[in-house]
Amino acid sequence: MVAMRMLDRKLLRDLGRLWAQALAVALVMACGVMTLILAMGASRSLEASQSAFYDRYRFASVFAEAVRAPRHLEPRIQSLPGVSAAELRIVKPVIITITGMTEPASGVVVSIPDTGESAVNRLYLRAGRLPGSRVPGEVAVVEAFAAAHGFRPGDRFDVVMNGKARRLSITGIVLSPEFIYAIGPGDMVPDPRRYGILYMSETVLSSAFGMEGAFNDAALTTMRNADTRAVIEGLDGLLAPYGGTGAYGRKDQMSHAFLDSELTQLFAMATIIPPIFLFVSAFLVNMILSRLIALEREQIGLLKAVGYTDLAVGWHYAKLVIVISAVGLAIGCVAGSWLGRGLTRLYGEFFAFPFLIFTHGIDLYAIAATVTVAAALAGASSAIWATVMLPPAVAMRPPSPTQYRSLAGAAVPTNPLFSQLTVMVFRHFLRWPLRSTMTIIGTALSVALLVTALFSFDSIDAMIDTIFFRADRQDATLTFASASGPEAVTRVGDLPGVIRVEPYRSTAVKLKNGRHERRMVIHGLTQQSELSRVLDRDLLPMQPPSSGLVLSERVAALLDLQIGDPVEIELMEFADRKVSVPVTGIAESYVGLAAYMELTALNRLLMEGRRVSGARILVDEDRLDELYAHIKQVPAIASLALQTVSRDRFRETVRQNISYSITIYVTLAIIITFGVIYNSARIQLSERARELASLRVFGFTRAEVSSVLLVELALIVIIAQPLGWLAGYGFAVLMIRGFESDLFRIPLVISQATYATASLVVIGSAVVSALLVRRRVDTLDLIRVLKTRD
Amino acid sequence: MKINAIARPGGSVRAMATDNSTSEPVFRVENLTKIYRTGDVEVRALNGVDMTLYRGEMAVLLGPSGSGKSTLLNIIGGLDQATGGKVWFGDTELTGCSQRELTRYRRDHVGFVFQFYNLIPSLTAWENVALVTEVSRHPMRPEEALAMVGLDHRMSHFPAQMSGGEQQRVAIARAIAKRPDVLLCDEPTGALDSRTGVLVLEALSRVNAELGTTTAIITHNAGIRQIAHRVFSFLDGRMSDCTVNETRVDPAEVKW
Repeated sequence: MVAMRMLDRKLLRDLGRLWAQALAVALVMACGVMTLILAMGASRSLEASQSAFYDRYRFASVFAEAVRAPRHLEPRIQSLPGVSAAELRIVKPVIITITGMTEPASGVVVSIPDTGESAVNRLYLRAGRLPGSRVPGEVAVVEAFAAAHGFRPGDRFDVVMNGKARRLSITGIVLSPEFIYAIGPGDMVPDPRRYGILYMSETVLSSAFGMEGAFNDAALTTMRNADTRAVIEGLDGLLAPYGGTGAYGRKDQMSHAFLDSELTQLFAMATIIPPIFLFVSAFLVNMILSRLIALEREQIGLLKAVGYTDLAVGWHYAKLVIVISAVGLAIGCVAGSWLGRGLTRLYGEFFAFPFLIFTHGIDLYAIAATVTVAAALAGASSAIWATVMLPPAVAMRPPSPTQYRSLAGAAVPTNPLFSQLTVMVFRHFLRWPLRSTMTIIGTALSVALLVTALFSFDSIDAMIDTIFFRADRQDATLTFASASGPEAVTRVGDLPGVIRVEPYRSTAVKLKNGRHERRMVIHGLTQQSELSRVLDRDLLPMQPPSSGLVLSERVAALLDLQIGDPVEIELMEFADRKVSVPVTGIAESYVGLAAYMELTALNRLLMEGRRVSGARILVDEDRLDELYAHIKQVPAIASLALQTVSRDRFRETVRQNISYSITIYVTLAIIITFGVIYNSARIQLSERARELASLRVFGFTRAEVSSVLLVELALIVIIAQPLGWLAGYGFAVLMIRGFESDLFRIPLVISQATYATASLVVIGSAVVSALLVRRRVDTLDLIRVLKTRD
Repeated sequence: MKINAIARPGGSVRAMATDNSTSEPVFRVENLTKIYRTGDVEVRALNGVDMTLYRGEMAVLLGPSGSGKSTLLNIIGGLDQATGGKVWFGDTELTGCSQRELTRYRRDHVGFVFQFYNLIPSLTAWENVALVTEVSRHPMRPEEALAMVGLDHRMSHFPAQMSGGEQQRVAIARAIAKRPDVLLCDEPTGALDSRTGVLVLEALSRVNAELGTTTAIITHNAGIRQIAHRVFSFLDGRMSDCTVNETRVDPAEVKW
């Protein structure tokens, strides 16, 4: 018993002696644990918040829009098999005018039943009350919109509804599970300042839009085991005669899809990153422990000679690993929980949740603990096994000297190309190929991690350049309340400040090829389009062919289509009329699922004559305010998307979001580099102290002696760079694939500056750790080292 | 710069005579003290040592462990610094040199041989010697140095492929290859059996005779005293005795 305590004392003293190296390993472990807890914690918290919000506020599972459907369909919709509740609503676009804001905002207004409580997509009331039924000027607004303008119940603002200006008074601030992520037309990220969701009484809206006894939007909840596909089909059948544009499930619902893709990304982060750290820390543990055991050979022999069992000695060293893991685990858990809360809050701000639920599953910590300790012990296993197997008599003799091999035969070079110091570096490097390789891999992983973190700036910049400067170069996009004749385009041209007008037509479709099908919108563009252009795969503008359909690469891949293949188009606006059209081009597009046609060709297909859905315009910047003032008055314009504002908002939001994760990644990469380089330098120093001291005795200077150590480190760091770039490229491809969804596709662009920055950060931290070790070389105790036996 | 100003004492190499008055001193040690402090404990490793070593002389330093002989060797070799007293190497006062100057001194003037050889395991015999000749001003060729210790046939072997005696002879070749002014050997045969120990002593004697290198050998082994010109005995940090060998014995005849 007393003896055990002595071994534990030795353990503590060993740790005290090795504290810097042990801490470096613990920190690397902590990084793995942290990313696991951070990403899993945030993803679980968000999922819990999402599902609680969905459940309590009855988020619909099937959605449908129509032009104008009679309310007497309600019982038939309710009785579709699997449907538990249905809410038939009026949802219409509005233009919002806010005092003090020059550019017009837009939004949608959603009806709430006169009974007050919706059966589906219920509202969470943050402040005030819901608008009274049949009270014309009352409105409830979503929280983000209210916050962006500092609105409180009692405040007023103006809207243009169905061409008529109205003044509305806010009665309440609400949140809806339907608009956790509310994105305006033409925007790529939410901009609550320019896009609001308004709720008004059903009676008031039906009279405002001439929709008495009718609805244009349905939201359904289904029973637990309902067949959603069957519900969608049933609903489509009922709505088809009334301009139904095809029902869809949650995966096609904008807000849900965005939230879901975000959760997927978090989950990906939780599964891809931590193993990297655990791998590196296992390697470091192996390195340190092997060295410690080599140094303590005689002590191990002695312990066994005086009667400690093999197991007791093995357990003693295992405990050292467990203590280091415990420290790493503790740091990682604390940092992970703390940062996880931060990340969840950040998401909470970005997504409109009424409440956040922070979940701290004990299981998560248990998993982290098990995985970390297991990885560390796995790394230590060979070293520990060696102590167990070491016979005491052998242990008390010094180990046989290290065998080196000649680099190029054993011939004596008369005029050596390299100095003997350089030969020492190369031989040592090659003598321990596994260790050298692992050190290179560890360093390369930090480079890769940095490339993975930093390339998102390049890709987002490329994406912004493509979308805003190559493809959609208009200043603003106007959407008409309904498809209009060519005279509408002329009227837009007459608006003040408008320099160029390009009409477009868009229509909702379902594209089918065999069993593949996807809902999307076909954009009709004129061949003279200069503002909005279709880009080919080299990002060069291409003319939409006079017939046939141009698909974005992703759509072509999803539907398994190639140029020349016929594709079946189901026109949602026209009661499921189906036509077959050949694919005549493949285009590049990063947002949404895109399909393009020449405008006249599309109109021919729709058999509607020369109709347009809206226009893209180029505006004289000096007359913007004048134009905004006019647009607010034009009833035919349902919404307005401002390209510059959208672009800036996108840039700002993305930067904000990625800078959080980039800060974390950069810190992690520095810790890995430090852990790997510092440890391998320390181990080398301990193994070669005698060699280095001898060099000092022969009269080599401190700089020359350190160079033996540092040149090898430099060699490792340099070889690691290209490998790191390559691995970083690979991770980036994985990330891009992981992020790719029907909503977004991020182009893979990695600039040379990114590779350079990644390398500089890693080289910088390598230099710092090398300098720390160099200080130790400088203070080598020559006499003591030389007097001791190897 | 002072480091470059450290001049070699004496001129041409002459055969060592027992009459010291005709030779110039290489080292002059005056009232040398060295005190090690660990916590409250103070150890006087050297307690006022005076001695002079002459050019071409072979000196043996005898004494039990802790008597101060190694400390003395380390100080005159520029590995350690004295607490008090003075050491001159020719006209240069070593006790006043900076670390940088001592490094330069070791590089240019001193050859060391240690009990545990201290060869670089990743370099072959030839390379271990070349390691030193690369940075020396007037070195001999590594193969020449190895030939002097009888190892010209083992040049491309790594330390792990050689016996202890062979490794020690490589260490001697490495120490003499730069044609040092002094060769300092701390228990050079301590880790060797008598047969290989003799080979090592023969190598040292030959170097001393042929190159005229002042050689100081520390040993526990009283038999070795017979090969020296002079024998210094140490006890408790002081030099207790100094005797001149009227007749030197060939290393092969040393009684172990």
